[in-house]
Amino acid sequence: MSVILLLIVVSVMVAAGFLLAFLWSVKTGQMDDDYTPSIRMLFDDELTHKDKKIK
Amino acid sequence: MTKPHCYHCGADCDEVITLQEKVFCCEGCKMVFQLLDENGLCQYYDLTNMPGVSAKGSFLSSKYDYLDNQAIQDQLVQFKSEGQHHVVFYLPQIHCVSCVWLLENLHKINPGIIQSQTQFEKKEVKVIYHPQKISLKELVQLLAFVGYEPMIHLGGNEWLQKKKVNKQQLYKIGIAGFCFSNIMMLSFPEYFSNDIRELGNLRPFFIYLNLLLSLPVLFFSASGFFISAYTGLRQKWLNIDAPIALAIMVTFGRSVYEIITQTGSGYLDSMSGIVFFMLIGRWFQDKSYDSFSFDRDYTSFFPLGVCFLKEGQEMNKPLSDLQKGEIVIIRNGEMIPADAIVQTEGALMDYSFVSGENAPIEILKGNVVYAGGIQKGRLIQLEVVKPVGQSYITELWNNPLLNNKKNIEKSFVHPWSQYFTIVLFTIALSCGIYWYFVNPHHILPAVTAVLIVACPCSLLLTVTFTYGNVLRWLGKSKLYCKNASVIEAMDSIDTIVFDKTGTLTNHDSAQLEYVGKALSNAELIAIKSITKESLHPLSQFITQHLNQQHIGVTKVEHIENKVGLGTYAKAGDLEILIGSRKLLQLYNIGLEEAIQTSGVYIAINGIYKGLYKMNHQYRKGMGEMIEALQVMGYELHLLSGDHSNEKENLQRILGSAVPLLFEQNPEDKLNYIQFLQNQGKKVMMVGDGLNDAGALQKSDVGIAVTDQSHLFTPASDGILEGEQVSQLSHLLLFAKKAKRIIVLIFILSIMYNMVGMYFATRAQLSPMLAAILMPISSISIVSLSALLSFLYARGLRIKHD
Repeated sequence: MSVILLLIVVSVMVAAGFLLAFLWSVKTGQMDDDYTPSIRMLFDDELTHKDKKIK
Repeated sequence: MTKPHCYHCGADCDEVITLQEKVFCCEGCKMVFQLLDENGLCQYYDLTNMPGVSAKGSFLSSKYDYLDNQAIQDQLVQFKSEGQHHVVFYLPQIHCVSCVWLLENLHKINPGIIQSQTQFEKKEVKVIYHPQKISLKELVQLLAFVGYEPMIHLGGNEWLQKKKVNKQQLYKIGIAGFCFSNIMMLSFPEYFSNDIRELGNLRPFFIYLNLLLSLPVLFFSASGFFISAYTGLRQKWLNIDAPIALAIMVTFGRSVYEIITQTGSGYLDSMSGIVFFMLIGRWFQDKSYDSFSFDRDYTSFFPLGVCFLKEGQEMNKPLSDLQKGEIVIIRNGEMIPADAIVQTEGALMDYSFVSGENAPIEILKGNVVYAGGIQKGRLIQLEVVKPVGQSYITELWNNPLLNNKKNIEKSFVHPWSQYFTIVLFTIALSCGIYWYFVNPHHILPAVTAVLIVACPCSLLLTVTFTYGNVLRWLGKSKLYCKNASVIEAMDSIDTIVFDKTGTLTNHDSAQLEYVGKALSNAELIAIKSITKESLHPLSQFITQHLNQQHIGVTKVEHIENKVGLGTYAKAGDLEILIGSRKLLQLYNIGLEEAIQTSGVYIAINGIYKGLYKMNHQYRKGMGEMIEALQVMGYELHLLSGDHSNEKENLQRILGSAVPLLFEQNPEDKLNYIQFLQNQGKKVMMVGDGLNDAGALQKSDVGIAVTDQSHLFTPASDGILEGEQVSQLSHLLLFAKKAKRIIVLIFILSIMYNMVGMYFATRAQLSPMLAAILMPISSISIVSLSALLSFLYARGLRIKHD
């Protein structure tokens, strides 16, 4: 049975890790803007002329 | 004939300019394209079709000279180090993917820019630049050149700071979510075991771990409810948070008691779950429109810096340092920052923000101009007579009528929660009395169970989620409300007051109409040739108007400008007078008595021909909207700062029952709202511009109408985009439905409560039952609220783009 104790402690610690990650992300402003990153990821690094022809 | 669309901004091209087989509407657009092309930034045009912001009305580079002033720079720059300055600008023009892309690639145009990052929803861009390589002024000029002119205003940066995300709220939700899910998980073994003795030593471990996990929920996540309940009680009124705080405390207290006496495992899972759901509800409802500002005062309208004369030299300094008696320089398109006396000729004031009057007024040397006016035409010098804070327009904000603030706290939910609390205590009390006689052991469990089950959480959830949904739907149809209480206030409105200019009419598209004897083609050509030379906005209107009729130009032999009156010119054998009524009188030209309208008078060869007058264009669908509002039982009023030229026209649209008041100054409007409110009416004011600012503030619901990228919206409860004014009746109807949705869902939640209450009063509420009831009721409430608001929105054809 005591292995369950250990497992539970580990599971709570893992969950706490995720909680800390969330709190950190809020603190560093990653939740400030929840829209622009979805636009930004669509940009290509550089559109070359070859790409244009394919269009 | 369909006109070609500008490759840059998408506007119809009157005159076509071509470059690289692309069509542009003006030189400005072409130049922006050239700049982007040279720097390899043409992806701008690939991401979105015609993404540009029209470069018409090209800007003066000297406009930003004040940014060289150190004191002004210090106000704007947020962070400074050796090779890096950080600055945040508000760019209301941001509207598409291309905007973001271009603004984040600014460093390709000017290497002095190290990095730029946009926030789309807030319409902000943060620029990190190298102060030795590019000055702040050059940076702003670059932004303005590519079409994103930053809004830099007195007090503007403080406003940017205020818009910070409420991080505390997110922390609370995160922690409540973490604790809730873990407590739930640790409670499962107990729910599913046939005999709790099977768990043996693990059981106390689970229970104490739960207790530990519930502490942050109680003390941190739920703290908002306790604080709000406490402040409510201190002001001797019971808000909805009071019974919730009580329920949380009772649940926690009983759980601790059960754990310590080893009689049970408590209801910690239900408690943390409820707190978690309620926090999400609040967060959902508090969604704000970041790119709007609802609390602007005059400081957001005035520029940050001003150009003034010091010993004959042009200097710049912050507007707040402006002293009485100083000479300031105002260029075309700039706003008058303080009441002042005109020192030079050529002052032409557009007072549309102050008075609602559309046509610019000529002001002669030695006369007073008021703050808020916008200079049209050439550069003028003014002597300041009053400091910025004391001018005519700013005094509106100091009006004592505005000081009694609207009481937005008293939502209709709160009185309900009072009844709720009374009923709750009655049930708890009678339950306790019953068990006192039947089995005294059950008193405490039964009474606490009643308090736990019948927490008005579901009521709060209903309200927050429904208002959150309604806010979003209204936002999608371009009515942006300041907060949820605005929707509630909209429900109780019985009187609607409209402003005319800019609200019922369209601000930009005043149309010219020619009244009088027909003009021959040769005469029209001559008129256009003359007006083309003039910078006067009315002349430019006429030029544009004639452009649309494809009138050509000819050579003008002789032009003579009469200051403040108009122009005398000779073209071929035509002797033409264009100008005010006074000009024609000066030349002894007989005028028909009946004509009193303001406009541009035309006389040719000594005979009066006719006049061009400015006609306001009413927005589409006004008539239907007004009719719908009247059918809905609203009392309508109209206040206009304009003169009564349009009275007949308006009466036709609005019907004869609507009181029309003209030549109202901002204070009159404010007083009129007060007058209506004194009769016990709930007033909604729909207006735009500074001239309505007082009335918008004073009314129960103030809706500011805006046409151009929310540039000028005075303090208000809601912002409505101009094109949607005709939808106002639909939007109001929808807001009214919000209350119905809440009542419907509340009936459902009462049913849940009754089921729980049945078990609670019999002292049979097991933790498992509570743990099942809580999420089921919460989730069904949330989804039903979303479903109903969707159905109502669709039923009313609330737009969804």
